[in-house]
Amino acid sequence: MLALAALAILFFALPLVGLLWRAPWSNAWGYLTDDNALTALRLSLICSLWATALSVLFGVPLAWVLARVSFPGRGAVRALCTLSMVLPPVVGGLALFFALGRRGLVGQWLYRWFDLQLPFTTAGVVVAQTFVAMPFLVITVEAALRQLDGRAEDASRTLGASRWYTFRRVTLPAIRPALAAGAVLAWARALGEFGATITFAGNFPGTTQTMPLAVYLARETNPEQAIVLALLLIAISFGVLVSLRDRWFGRGAAGRHSVLA
Amino acid sequence: MLRMRTPIRLIVASFVVFGLVATACSDESDTTPATGSAIAGAVVVFAASSLTEAFTEMADAFAADHPDVNLTFNFAGSGDLFTQISEGAPADVFVSADAANMTRLTDAALNAGAPVTIARNTFEIIVEPGNPQAITGLTDLVDPNLIVVLCADTVPCGKGAQQVLANAGITLTPKSLEDKVKGVVTKVTAGEADAGIVFVTDVNAAGNTAEGVQIPAAVNVISEYPAVITKDAPNPAAAQAFVEFVAGPAGQAILTTYGFLAP
Repeated sequence: MLALAALAILFFALPLVGLLWRAPWSNAWGYLTDDNALTALRLSLICSLWATALSVLFGVPLAWVLARVSFPGRGAVRALCTLSMVLPPVVGGLALFFALGRRGLVGQWLYRWFDLQLPFTTAGVVVAQTFVAMPFLVITVEAALRQLDGRAEDASRTLGASRWYTFRRVTLPAIRPALAAGAVLAWARALGEFGATITFAGNFPGTTQTMPLAVYLARETNPEQAIVLALLLIAISFGVLVSLRDRWFGRGAAGRHSVLA
Repeated sequence: MLRMRTPIRLIVASFVVFGLVATACSDESDTTPATGSAIAGAVVVFAASSLTEAFTEMADAFAADHPDVNLTFNFAGSGDLFTQISEGAPADVFVSADAANMTRLTDAALNAGAPVTIARNTFEIIVEPGNPQAITGLTDLVDPNLIVVLCADTVPCGKGAQQVLANAGITLTPKSLEDKVKGVVTKVTAGEADAGIVFVTDVNAAGNTAEGVQIPAAVNVISEYPAVITKDAPNPAAAQAFVEFVAGPAGQAILTTYGFLAP
């Protein structure tokens, strides 16, 4: 068991070590503070935070419906809403084209009525990231809702509280750790999104070129810079995932001890 | 000088080995037909993605001539292919869509012998079927209401497009710089972009989902496709046979049908 686990750890650690090994440490600072890199980083942070906010706004009600409301075809709806997790991102980007692009099913009306074209805009990046990131929040929150003891909610309802009040004051505080975990997972996924973004939104510095796109483009002309930018992305995500593990997954003192032990 | 020595030695070595194998084969296989008996086994060709359609057809024709050779392709961007080879990927032949990436390979002394140009390509403006924006030439592309998409200058089609625009004295702001030529094609065929600058062969490959608008020869750029056998080619004999086939009349005829120009 331990040997297999050690191999698994090695499997995840080695590629990272490979990057660290090839990293041009002496020039790292110069690459990071390069105008292009800073622009891409700023855009990445803005877009991924927007995508996370939208994922929470729409994903929490969706998770609640999937966990609490019984209706025919619920399994199919759940599968539909989490499909983008397993879809090749490039296919996801193409599908977004056909739905929201200038000639898309809905997009043609957006274009005709509001002169709105999502591809090649920062909003398009946010849409692509939300599309692939939201399922991470939905499944995390739905799982928490299912494990939740429903009696507190029932009590709140029988005491005359509205559905919304009950959700806000009883359900939400109880699922807060899962909500935070789901939001962080969604954010990390949005931050690393590449395929759907470049397919749907394109690649232009300042408007649609996020960090992963900058890394991908730099890998040919400037592989050293690509490695440094990739390491920065990894450092950000790693830091957040580590803090997530300690703060939100360990519930209460006992939970935390068992995590540390 | 030091750089040159290793490949030459390897060529010599590979010829000696090839000779020995050939003699050995012909010695022990008197009953089998003599033609092509020495050329056999797996051969892996790393080719620029713009060659996908043409080389896939080429494989059938080559197999008819060399039934004992098992030909496999790896199609990707020329720069990616160079990176893979320099990291030790087992390629027998490298075919680049521009001279620049071939130079990177020869500078790194990863080639055996001199590159051979097997085809040339030029650029066209790609527009939607029926050319709804009535684009007649490069000067039309500066219209700020037009959505123009180009390749990033990290890939051959991007370098070429920038050169074409510079030759024509045109400055324009594209909406996107795609990481590969097919990205530009997709944006136009999906109707998101009004126009792009791509290789003539990409417009042809798009069939009836796109149309091409010619760029005058005076400002157009000709991109060369050099092919070379790699230094560590596992099967240099078959690699040589493939390059010769592509450069020969049968190979050239296939490339021409896909819109490539003769070298």
